[in-house]
Amino acid sequence: MIAVSDLTVKFGGVTPLDSVNLEFPAGTCGLIGPNGAGKTTFFNVLSGFVRPSAGTVSAFDEDLLGMRDYRRARWGVRRTFQTEQSIEELSIYDNVSLAHEHSQRKGGSSRDEDILGAIDFVGIEVDPREKVATLGARDRRMVELARAVVGKPRLVLLDEPGAGLPEEETEHLSRVIRRIPEHMGALVILVDHDMSLVSACCQVTAVLDFGKLIAAGPTAEVLRDEKVIAAYLGVEEADEQ
Amino acid sequence: MRPGSAPPRFTRGEQVRAVVILAVLLFGLLALPSLVSTYWLKVLTAVAIYSIPALGLGLLMGRVGLVSLGQISVLALGAWVAARLLFLEAGLPFPVVLVFSGLITMLLGTLVGLPALRLSGLYLALVTLMMAGAITVVLAATDFPNGGEGFLGHTEAASGGVEIRRPAIASTDPAFFRYAVVVAALMFLLALWHVRSRPGRAWAAIRQSEPAALAAGVNITRYKLWAFALASFVTGVAGGLLAANVGALYNYQFPTRENIILLAVVLMGGIYSIWGALVAGLFYRFLPALLDTWGLPADLLTILFGVGVLQVLLTAPAGLVDQFPKDMRKLGGAIARLFGRGRKPAPEEPG
Repeated sequence: MIAVSDLTVKFGGVTPLDSVNLEFPAGTCGLIGPNGAGKTTFFNVLSGFVRPSAGTVSAFDEDLLGMRDYRRARWGVRRTFQTEQSIEELSIYDNVSLAHEHSQRKGGSSRDEDILGAIDFVGIEVDPREKVATLGARDRRMVELARAVVGKPRLVLLDEPGAGLPEEETEHLSRVIRRIPEHMGALVILVDHDMSLVSACCQVTAVLDFGKLIAAGPTAEVLRDEKVIAAYLGVEEADEQ
Repeated sequence: MRPGSAPPRFTRGEQVRAVVILAVLLFGLLALPSLVSTYWLKVLTAVAIYSIPALGLGLLMGRVGLVSLGQISVLALGAWVAARLLFLEAGLPFPVVLVFSGLITMLLGTLVGLPALRLSGLYLALVTLMMAGAITVVLAATDFPNGGEGFLGHTEAASGGVEIRRPAIASTDPAFFRYAVVVAALMFLLALWHVRSRPGRAWAAIRQSEPAALAAGVNITRYKLWAFALASFVTGVAGGLLAANVGALYNYQFPTRENIILLAVVLMGGIYSIWGALVAGLFYRFLPALLDTWGLPADLLTILFGVGVLQVLLTAPAGLVDQFPKDMRKLGGAIARLFGRGRKPAPEEPG
């Protein structure tokens, strides 16, 4: 379980996160909100890239904010990025190996079993010796995902994993994400603008708007919430101008 | 893909390259010393030695993305340390001296790399160049050990100049050439081993995206310092070879501007492949000798290197080591087409 209390982040005069209190129980949880709501900042706080000005984050009863950035990954916080960050120069195998060899928590009996298992888990059918630079957008996303789930992660943060993928690929992605908690034993937090992906994957969802939590609860209920609809409509109005 | 299948090791292209490199190495060790004159043998020894600091710079720039303009000065440090050790104790075996020059230079060179933890790009280049300048200034004051007394081991007395000794098994020029080639090959293997294992993967991640490296659990500070340590170690070993090769060291052999020339030749050779360092060594020591034998001024090289760097950056950013095989394949294809013309074209589809 991830418990966030009074989390505030300030960049000069901007407050991307404003006294957020939030709990992610288990399984796959959604985090949605219009652009600029503070979703990626929230991920950056969890993975240690951003130091909050106030608040605490407890992850499975451990103080996450007290850990140094790279130690969090070793402890079990993994993430993907809005713009995919698989390492081009390395092979698929070496990309996954990178996360595995720096992790304190290994999964199966051997390194190969873990790495090839993760590549298999996300459904990459290319030879793992291929360099990532030769892959298409879909497989690159999946390499990044394999890096996030290899071994035994505790917390997997997915930042818009479906961005730019065609519909049939999103269905595959959805199946993979739903299997992470069961197969890898991790809590997943999913940020995405694709509501059908969020609905399909997440039992519970929290909604941020301008750095404040405006709703949280079972996904179907949250998506019907008036404040949530208003927040999204506000964005649509702004877009039409 | 089968889970549990053998881990990826070497592709076919890499196997071919390994065979070619081994063949070149054997040719260099066995045949070359009897084929060329003493002059060219000395030049080739210098090529082997200088390919090592080029290798160090290539590791820093091509692998980790850290610009360093201090590698020749680190080489001077290595040469100083080796000369000091060689004069200190006449019984010290030469390989031990090389390892200790490498280790001591590693400590000093890592200090030069400390600013890299806070700076990158142009600022890091500038700071490392300033450090190189500082090393030059200090060496100008202390000079190199030449058999004198005391910690500095330097004497101004004309009679004090004793030659820095060579390894007992490699006192002649052909033998020392072989010795230098073997040591250089070991340094390349050390670098290759790093690049292909855990540090290499961490460096690749740091170079492309520090956030992605952090998110995978890479301790960025540690791996950046590791890169500086490795580059300094191999360069320190090269300094030991250099000291023994020339017999007497003078501070004018290591002007600060040479750091920039080394960067130029490393860029031309190719920073993304460690074999680019060998090409860089050829540019750095073979070309000047060639110009010299043609009676052309060696200063011409500064202009040639300038044009060369521009050409490489515009047309072949991965350097000659990457571009040359591609051009050869193109040429081969063109020749094949030339001779294929006139014959009946092969049927496009079977049946």
